Amino acid sequence: MRPPLLGVSIVWLSVMVLLPLAALVASSTDRGLGGFWNAISSPEAVAAFKFTVLVAIAVAAVNAVSGTLIAWVLVRDEFRGKSLVNALIDLPFALPTIVAGLTLLALYGPRGPAPFDVAFTKWAVLFALVFVTLPFVVRSVQPVLMELDREVEEAAASLGAGPFTTFRRVILPSLAPAIASGAGLALGRALGEFGSVVLISGNLPFKTEVSSVFIYNRIQSGDQSGAAAVSVVLLAASLVLLSGLTFLGRRWSR
Amino acid sequence: MAIQARSITKRFGGFTALDDVSIDVPAGSLTALLGPSGGGKSTLLRIIAGLESPETGEVWIEGRDMAGVAPQERGVGFVFQHYAAFKHMTVRENVAFGLRIRKRPKADVNRRVDELLALVQLSPFAQRYPSELSGGQRQRMALARALAVEPSLLLLDEPFGALDANVREELRAWLRRLHQEMPVTTLFVTHDQEEAMELADQIVVISQGRVEQAGTPSDLYDRPVNDFVMNFIGPVTRLDGRLVRPHDVQLQVAPTGPADEAVVERIVRLGFEVRVQLVLADGQPVAAQLPRTEAEELELREGDIVHVRATRPASPAVAA
Amino acid sequence: MKSRLALRTVALGYLTVLLVLPVGMVFYRAFEHGLGKFFDALTTPQAQHAIGLTLLVVAITVPVNTVFGIVTALALERRSFHGRAVLERVIDMPFVISPIVVGLALVLVYGEQGWAANALVASGIRVIFSVPGIVLATMFVSLPFVVREVAPVLREIGSEQEEAAQTLGASGWQTFWRVTLPAIRPAVAYGVVLTTARALGEFGAVAVVSGHLQGQTETMTLYVQDRFEGFDVTSAYAISVLLAVFAMSALLGMTYLDRRRARRS
Repeated sequence: MRPPLLGVSIVWLSVMVLLPLAALVASSTDRGLGGFWNAISSPEAVAAFKFTVLVAIAVAAVNAVSGTLIAWVLVRDEFRGKSLVNALIDLPFALPTIVAGLTLLALYGPRGPAPFDVAFTKWAVLFALVFVTLPFVVRSVQPVLMELDREVEEAAASLGAGPFTTFRRVILPSLAPAIASGAGLALGRALGEFGSVVLISGNLPFKTEVSSVFIYNRIQSGDQSGAAAVSVVLLAASLVLLSGLTFLGRRWSR
Repeated sequence: MAIQARSITKRFGGFTALDDVSIDVPAGSLTALLGPSGGGKSTLLRIIAGLESPETGEVWIEGRDMAGVAPQERGVGFVFQHYAAFKHMTVRENVAFGLRIRKRPKADVNRRVDELLALVQLSPFAQRYPSELSGGQRQRMALARALAVEPSLLLLDEPFGALDANVREELRAWLRRLHQEMPVTTLFVTHDQEEAMELADQIVVISQGRVEQAGTPSDLYDRPVNDFVMNFIGPVTRLDGRLVRPHDVQLQVAPTGPADEAVVERIVRLGFEVRVQLVLADGQPVAAQLPRTEAEELELREGDIVHVRATRPASPAVAA
Repeated sequence: MKSRLALRTVALGYLTVLLVLPVGMVFYRAFEHGLGKFFDALTTPQAQHAIGLTLLVVAITVPVNTVFGIVTALALERRSFHGRAVLERVIDMPFVISPIVVGLALVLVYGEQGWAANALVASGIRVIFSVPGIVLATMFVSLPFVVREVAPVLREIGSEQEEAAQTLGASGWQTFWRVTLPAIRPAVAYGVVLTTARALGEFGAVAVVSGHLQGQTETMTLYVQDRFEGFDVTSAYAISVLLAVFAMSALLGMTYLDRRRARRS
């Protein structure tokens, strides 16, 4: 008798993932479409959403650049301690988000030795999100960069292209899907991040409050339905932005 | 009959891999399933092994109906084109696998494995891992592994397809010798007609999911039932709208009967035989093959005009 | 080459500012008032409870997600069915959903007014504001790791070895145990390390589901927040150091297993 692998998996995933998601969508319309609209269009919700999307896109952009740069150095450069640096890249993956927030606060907060204080500012949120999303683009680009055929670059050089041009016209298009993929993961993570921002940002409504914190506050106030509504919008935004990025990545690679 | 397959039909989605196929494999024989790639031969083999189920049809192995019988219980040994070696086990452990599954006592297992390793000449490699062996060695290991549990049937799926040409030849001869020593009913799949002709007692030609012809090698060579079989087995050339064997094309300076005129385009001397490429009046190429003495008698030179005709009846089908 | 040096400097500088200095700072702050204070912070009853609870949750989450992860990977790569893409999307969902939303969704099913409320009350099981809820939340967020590591390996090795085992007489379980499992072991190990790291570090989902009840439903990450908001900064940093040490061990594990896999292929 063949073991019912598929059946078990489907039941498992349905109970663990689909059931809670269904409850979420159902609860968001508990007060009808009117209630849904009210919940997501309150000034605070809108402000939080705008800020969250903006900062997440900024984070994805920053990572696209810095992640590619770091991947480049790790693949093409040689120096002592490179393997240590390579291992360190995964640290934000492994570190609990609350600890990540604490570490940034320790250094760049009010009592930190740094000459500036980012706590309770929009920069704090950006900082925290860039921290936790560091590995995504790097790890996405590295394997592609390693597989890249050097001959194409050499051919470009022999035809008179300078290093910058070669990078822009030859290398970048090959990396585009990987960068887009990594940036997409970073974007998805940044949209929903909670633990690292909740300490450092001060969660000031209309200023540094992100959607995840707003949802948390709604839950604490007992407004589950409103929280669910905003959650649904946040989730939808993640899925839309992610597909958009995949699409862009494919276009750039041509 | 060791194997009987009746009216086997197999579909993969919209694609029909086998269409009402029936074959018989006599006990103790070495039979080849021959045909072009994608024709369905591997699918038929896998159905016989129980690795796939047919839409319709029946498989009988040694008089038993195999409907609903799992591969574990069919008593078949299977050898894959890419060896399917258990990469994390040594050669010895690979060969012992089937015996260990059956919980045979350790001493028996060791004895049998030693026997088989000697048979396939892999004794010095017993403790190595498959990744350390060459392709030919891996395939010999796979054969030893399949034979270890004394199957009533040995099925080989393009066993030498992944190997170099000279290793292939070596292993072909080796398999023939092995079969003589251990006459287990053997059914193997190949797309190489030379291999089938050299090894098999019986050949079944399968193309596009249908059996074209089944018979001994000389049956297929001398009495092909259609153009496809004739073309697939042995060299062919076209004369008078029909397929003829090049060595059945007679060249004459002065015709002794109905014949066509042709210009000698090229002469290739291969020592014992001579191959002549000719062109007919309408531009069609014809190939002929003669023994050296005959070619010398004719004093052929490139550019000569000769008369060509078929000395043996050509394929029965009328070519398009 | 000058540009190479420039690139290297920028990259390393970026990493130092973003990564190295902040983490270093946490260690400094934790040990700032001496080793004694550090260990005191870790041995209070509340801290001990938090550590114990976290380890318990991880001890349940990791094996369960590993088993179901392998089962799901096998279903994906060894069974034919329509809708593979859908299944893969569902598996990836925990990566796309904010942890807070995860917590909320679980409350909506297992909470007092949730869908399963009647059944839970009848059987006397408390999920939300209790340990089972924390386990569920942790399992949700760490669900994809083992599947995503094992499935590609299963696809790559193909089913021929398993078919060979079948023709040699091995049952389904024997085939899995003797042929499939040894082949996927490195992928499983890597997935386990990732799952463990994620389970240890989960915060948002657990914050919603646990109710933050001190000494009862606080995991280590929640305890950090609790100490921080209680102005007991040293304790917060001390627990953080412990978590960071766990994280770095996970990191070491990942690097080691990665190297072994690279050498194998």
